[in-house]
Amino acid sequence: MKKISLSKLDTLFDAISNAQSLYIPVDTDENVAEFKQYESGMTMTEKLNTTRSAKDFFFPQMENLYEVKMNGKKLELVDTREECEDFVVFGARACDVRSFGILDKVYLVDPVDSYYKNRREHGTVVAIACNRPEETCFCTAFGIDPANPAGDVDAWVDGDDMMLKANTDKGTALIDSIADILEDCDDSSADAVKDAITTMMPKLPLAKVDFASLRDDELLDLFKSEKWADLSATCIGCGTCTFVCPTCQCYDIREFDTGNGVKKFRCWDSCMYSDFTKMAHGNPRTSQLERFRQRFMHKLVYFPDNNNGEFGCVGCGRCLAKCPINMNIVKVAKALEVKA
Amino acid sequence: MQDRMIARAKELLQNGTVNRVIGWKIGEFDYDITPAVFTTADELDKDFVYNTFAAANVSKYLVKETKKEGKVLVFIKPCDSYSLQQLIKEHRVNRDNVYIIGIENHGKTDIEKIKALGFTGISKITEGDTTLTVETIYGDKAEVNKADVMLDRCQSCKSKKIVIFDELIGENGDVVEDCNRFDMVAKLEAMTPDERFAFWQNELSRCIRCNACRNVCPACTCEKCVFDNDASGVAQKAAANSFEENMFHIIRAFHVAGRCTDCGECSRVCPQHIPLHLLNRKFIKDANELYGEYQAGEDMDSRPPLVSFTQDDCEPSIVYERGGNS
Repeated sequence: MKKISLSKLDTLFDAISNAQSLYIPVDTDENVAEFKQYESGMTMTEKLNTTRSAKDFFFPQMENLYEVKMNGKKLELVDTREECEDFVVFGARACDVRSFGILDKVYLVDPVDSYYKNRREHGTVVAIACNRPEETCFCTAFGIDPANPAGDVDAWVDGDDMMLKANTDKGTALIDSIADILEDCDDSSADAVKDAITTMMPKLPLAKVDFASLRDDELLDLFKSEKWADLSATCIGCGTCTFVCPTCQCYDIREFDTGNGVKKFRCWDSCMYSDFTKMAHGNPRTSQLERFRQRFMHKLVYFPDNNNGEFGCVGCGRCLAKCPINMNIVKVAKALEVKA
Repeated sequence: MQDRMIARAKELLQNGTVNRVIGWKIGEFDYDITPAVFTTADELDKDFVYNTFAAANVSKYLVKETKKEGKVLVFIKPCDSYSLQQLIKEHRVNRDNVYIIGIENHGKTDIEKIKALGFTGISKITEGDTTLTVETIYGDKAEVNKADVMLDRCQSCKSKKIVIFDELIGENGDVVEDCNRFDMVAKLEAMTPDERFAFWQNELSRCIRCNACRNVCPACTCEKCVFDNDASGVAQKAAANSFEENMFHIIRAFHVAGRCTDCGECSRVCPQHIPLHLLNRKFIKDANELYGEYQAGEDMDSRPPLVSFTQDDCEPSIVYERGGNS
């Protein structure tokens, strides 16, 4: 385990950013924290989490897939993919790290998504343990341990010090590259922080939401539940929950007319939108009830059914904090009679 | 207030005046209450809440709700009443199918402002007359002044007057003459075009195109928004560049110009804290200056300035005289 004084964090950031792109969460507005590319002088936010999740690093809101250029009567197909440069995300949380694992299960299974894989391979994640989880946090309900966030490197803040420990080869490489700035410390140096977090977690108001009991219910019973009507009655059909969500993974593919060709791009889509999965025959979900149900069935039923029981939610609490009408996955799960 | 609302809602349900009630439902915490439809007295007793966090303007729900069978009861705050009257005026809400109870209101609380004071892990918020007591899971307990954590829109409240109602709970108020709601617009107008451009570029660069501003907006009630309509040629889920992103917000502001009541929902729901209401207020201020004072939603009879023509209307050149091309 390594250690650095918090007062020297800028030295650490400068060193990392000299070698590769570094992103840290900063305050961009008094109330909005966001990952930004590090420049000297920036300081990390005090906030637990960024408003947007960290999924952008691997699954950006918009990216070009390929281009078609028109030369007279000939069409030229341009592969716009480039090898991504190495980068470091410093200051993700345990929930974010798990979300990458969930996205991996979608994008790294056959057929592998080369755009996603490219970024994933070149990104190193430094995850910081959560000393002060919020009331909206419920990651432990999904077996996530915020005391051991499981990034490529894990970090703990105790008093004036930050402890760092590599978990993967990428993490070890990062630690080695900045070894001269770090001090050695005993592997037990972060134990006090870990214990404090572990003691705190069960006291969170949403710690006991038992999503697992949903697994005992029949898919069709949940699908046909009368509760969906009430739950979705006041949903305004915006995409806030899906766009702040670290695990929402659906995208749309669109074309941008450049005048003499086409740029094919993909962008985040939201199951809350009226044209979500619209096909030649029409739209399979014509009401907000159906679209609303899709989001929660996907995370709580379909995804675990297809992924050995792993839920498609990480309990980061972003949707709880940001939904314009304060509807969210906890309320849905409880209404569907999850034990709480 | 909450008890009186529940009692009256139960009476109106029982005597058959209405068959359902739009209100707010209890949440996981004290602050995350959800707009909801109630159909029985039991539900009202169990789940109906009304407190300082009941900020949502529920008038837009009536576009759909008043198309259904039977009458719906709605509780309307002063600012909501302007939105509702505007919707009725535009024939978007069927007045016959709604029973309106106006509720006196002096400002709602912004939970994000409480959090910005440094509270983390909020476990309880107790409402007093002028203060809120905030407690956290970490054992912190402190009082904050309601006035300090009010929603921005409430801090420059334009009116405490409920402009349309069947009955009232509490007292009706007056239009606030010196609400200073155009102060920030005036500041933006005083900027150089480059400064102003930089201001909006910075704000709008945070947009994630979640459409919360549009979907919550009581003036945005198109059955199919042009930005959702593939056949329109401008449908977009992601902006190709920042110009397009800006255009979305500017077009939206143009579209609701003269109809926007300045309810402030757009800025309240923006997850990225973009002060979208300033675009609308610029239009309102301009319309006031060019066509005379006008408040959308204020009455049922007046002709909105942008859809009526008079020979006294200003000439477009006045825009240039006012410095629009500098």
